[in-house]
Amino acid sequence: MRIPMTEYLIIDLDTERWNCRVCNQDLGEARGNYKEGTLVYDRDPTEIHQSILDPEKYEFTFAPDPTFCRILEFYCPGCGTQLETEYVPPGHPPTVDMLWDIDSLRETWTKRGTKPEVVINYGPGEEAVADFAPALGSHNTHNHSPHSFS
Amino acid sequence: MTLTANEPSTSGTAGDTAGDTAGDTSQPLTAQEQQWVDQFMDETTLFLGPDPAIMRSHQITSRSAYEDECISKGVDPIKVDRIRKRLAGALDEGYEMCEAMGAAPGAKWGDLTTAIYTAEGDVTYLSCHGVIAFSAILHHPIRYIMKYWKDEPTVGINPGDGFIHNDARYGNVHNTDQSMIMPIFREGKIIAWVAATIHEGENGACEPGGMPSGSETPFDDGLRMSPFKIVEKGELRRDLLTFLQHSVRDPKLQLADLKVKIGAVQRIQERVDSIIDEVGVETFVAALRVTVEDVEQEVKRRISELPDGTVSFNQFMDSTLKENILIKFACKVTVKGDKMTVDLRGTGPEILNRAINSPLCSVKSMMMQAILAFWWPDLPRCTSAMSPIDIISDEHTWADAGYDAPMGQSLQASFRGFSALQTAFAKMQFSNPEKFSNVLAPWFNQINTFLWGGLTQHGDQVGNLCADLNGMGGGAKAFRDGEDAVSPLFCAMADTAEQEVMEEEVPFMQLVSKRIVRDNQGFGKNSGGMGYEMIVAAEGTPMWGFMTVTSGSKFSSVTGMFGGYGCSTTPLAMVKGINIYDIIRKDSSKFDLSMERIMNEQPYEGGKYTTAHMGLQFDVAKDGEMYMIAQGSGGGYGDVLERDPEAVAKDLELGRISPKVATSIYGVVWDPETFVVDQEATTQLRHDSRQARIARGKPYKEFLEGYVKTEPPKDLLYYGSWGDDTEELTATHFTNNGPERVKATIDKLPLIMLPDRREVKISALEDRIRELELKHGEVVHRKS
Repeated sequence: MRIPMTEYLIIDLDTERWNCRVCNQDLGEARGNYKEGTLVYDRDPTEIHQSILDPEKYEFTFAPDPTFCRILEFYCPGCGTQLETEYVPPGHPPTVDMLWDIDSLRETWTKRGTKPEVVINYGPGEEAVADFAPALGSHNTHNHSPHSFS
Repeated sequence: MTLTANEPSTSGTAGDTAGDTAGDTSQPLTAQEQQWVDQFMDETTLFLGPDPAIMRSHQITSRSAYEDECISKGVDPIKVDRIRKRLAGALDEGYEMCEAMGAAPGAKWGDLTTAIYTAEGDVTYLSCHGVIAFSAILHHPIRYIMKYWKDEPTVGINPGDGFIHNDARYGNVHNTDQSMIMPIFREGKIIAWVAATIHEGENGACEPGGMPSGSETPFDDGLRMSPFKIVEKGELRRDLLTFLQHSVRDPKLQLADLKVKIGAVQRIQERVDSIIDEVGVETFVAALRVTVEDVEQEVKRRISELPDGTVSFNQFMDSTLKENILIKFACKVTVKGDKMTVDLRGTGPEILNRAINSPLCSVKSMMMQAILAFWWPDLPRCTSAMSPIDIISDEHTWADAGYDAPMGQSLQASFRGFSALQTAFAKMQFSNPEKFSNVLAPWFNQINTFLWGGLTQHGDQVGNLCADLNGMGGGAKAFRDGEDAVSPLFCAMADTAEQEVMEEEVPFMQLVSKRIVRDNQGFGKNSGGMGYEMIVAAEGTPMWGFMTVTSGSKFSSVTGMFGGYGCSTTPLAMVKGINIYDIIRKDSSKFDLSMERIMNEQPYEGGKYTTAHMGLQFDVAKDGEMYMIAQGSGGGYGDVLERDPEAVAKDLELGRISPKVATSIYGVVWDPETFVVDQEATTQLRHDSRQARIARGKPYKEFLEGYVKTEPPKDLLYYGSWGDDTEELTATHFTNNGPERVKATIDKLPLIMLPDRREVKISALEDRIRELELKHGEVVHRKS
């Protein structure tokens, strides 16, 4: 059983592995930190949040100060999807942002008796319906997934 | 120092007991002797400060004997539902009275609440509009009143009485909010309470507007109202009212809104009377209590549906509102069965001469805001919605500040409490098939607006703020963009008000209002709602000034979600030494204003153009001097390379993003004449961008080896734990020999105070002068 845990991450309860939802890349033990299976880049925040006021003239420009703030970008090594970002001070260790109780997760979903890819959605409202089935059911032919790209 | 009859003190006053001496050889007290000691202590209490037993608890009380009796006679759920709906109607009526008649700008835009409570003070129901955070906070003053004033011969509680309070140390969102709390009696017994609370703004603090960014002691924070009786048997006490009016800049406002709140509460009481007349006291009391208990049970059920595990989210705030530092707000949320624990340990220490600290109760109130507005918005707004959640926090951190810490701008810490829970929930609820709200990226969390004060064109002394704090950008949703400048995190229905109406009363104009700032967007597959800029300038007043009270000028104050980016940082920009009104009177074509154009082109000769962080202490504004700020954006959701290229082209066409962002962030290629997307080239550019990521990204472990440091950068004033180990905090404290970095548990850290920034600046300039004198061989004899 494969449980979508975030927009781009699933936990495969059969293998107890984290996988990329887009390309099915293995990202490590589901009982551990998925970030360990990612590629990480230390992004200068001024490349993303670019100065609007002239940085030659002013200290405060709408761009973060790179001596205060860095953006860690976590990429899927398989497809290059940006799975997560994290804003940290320079040199601050990345946060272990999710640790799940896999036994409990399995027990819960077994008890529910429903298919995660069918019943999980983005919340109340017609627009928030999420169809996870194509990505989850066709991880070897991900061209049909909502995240497909070449 | 908090001195209560129940809390031993170390200062030799109220709480000292005979047995505290080291090496004590005295005999234990007999029961009779202990009774005498207790009686003596009760009768000679020096000062009834905030009571930790009340203030540390956010749980509901246990069912009282009377409530039990009422419930045992049978509860008809249909009748309870009907009572609840009528109460909701009554509370909304009271709310609308406050909104329509309130004098405070906050009242006009809905920054208020009305509520009904059980006899013990648990919030049973809040008005549908207004600030939900109050459902986690207003039980504190009622419990204090019940514990200390009910049986106090000089106070007591009688029908028609009303209590006022504002000080967050006794339970409030922050000190600008003033409440009117009145009991409902039946047969000599208190059976419920009704209250109205309004963000009044002005409260006599060291700066106008009630939220001073410059407060350096708790006594700079303005009015310090512990709960006291200001209405006796239906009559407003003129002596106390006069004292309050004398203590604030806006005595008219103080009177007007007291009357408004009393009127609103009395109207709600009339509605309650008619409900009780119809259903009887016992059914009414049972309905209040059952609602509280049902919500607690439902919250437990909802928690048990979430996956067991831990979600962690760290935030870093970049300012004390006087200087730039980095201070951490740590948060780990753990779910196990029907139990949820929120652990704030690792959060930075309180800073004892800065305004950013918050009492824990205010942080909890904003956590409640996340829970009842962003997690489970369908639940009745009860105290019990947070009862099943344990909160672990170290006292004397900036999010759990002690009695002696200034907290004039406590929203800096409490709003982080909101963001911690709002952000974490996207991960907690994503895999849960039963959702009550959408999966959402972080909401913007700063009140970027102008506070103002001085003498108006009508000769009145005033102090308050622009409603634009309500223009926060919404977080992107999982399936659509966030909404621009949609609402503040604390009040979904608050609007940005009618600025033109305000201008009738205050001597400044918003020369630019609500113009979207290009590229000020939380980028993502779905983008965060964008913020707008505002430019203000005063004229025609003998004394006026502006201030700003937020952070996020060096470190983005909200992050993205699932690969999306957070918000930009936001600067304060000023042009001094000109009068923009004179300039545009001479040549109206000069009115084409934007912060970007003014600051980059510097079109006004003789002007002094500066930027600063967003902590501006009250700054005297001469006629026509310009102050400029922008709202921030909500966080983006998902990978930017997944954003619909057509949506990128549309943003380009509308001027919401620059061509540079469209290419370098979103990876879109288009025809600059027609804005038609070149699909093939875009696919290729995005493919190349993904390959570039794979090429430049390093495997996690290898990355850590090169990136992670054992401590913060040497020159950064950093406060809080470093990494996920939250046991010890890093801090810089200032000794006789200058700044010194220390690392210790919170109880071992020295008191943290920062030096006067002007002295620091002067000292640096003096050093530079001496360096230049040495360089040029100039000998100067100075006397100290």
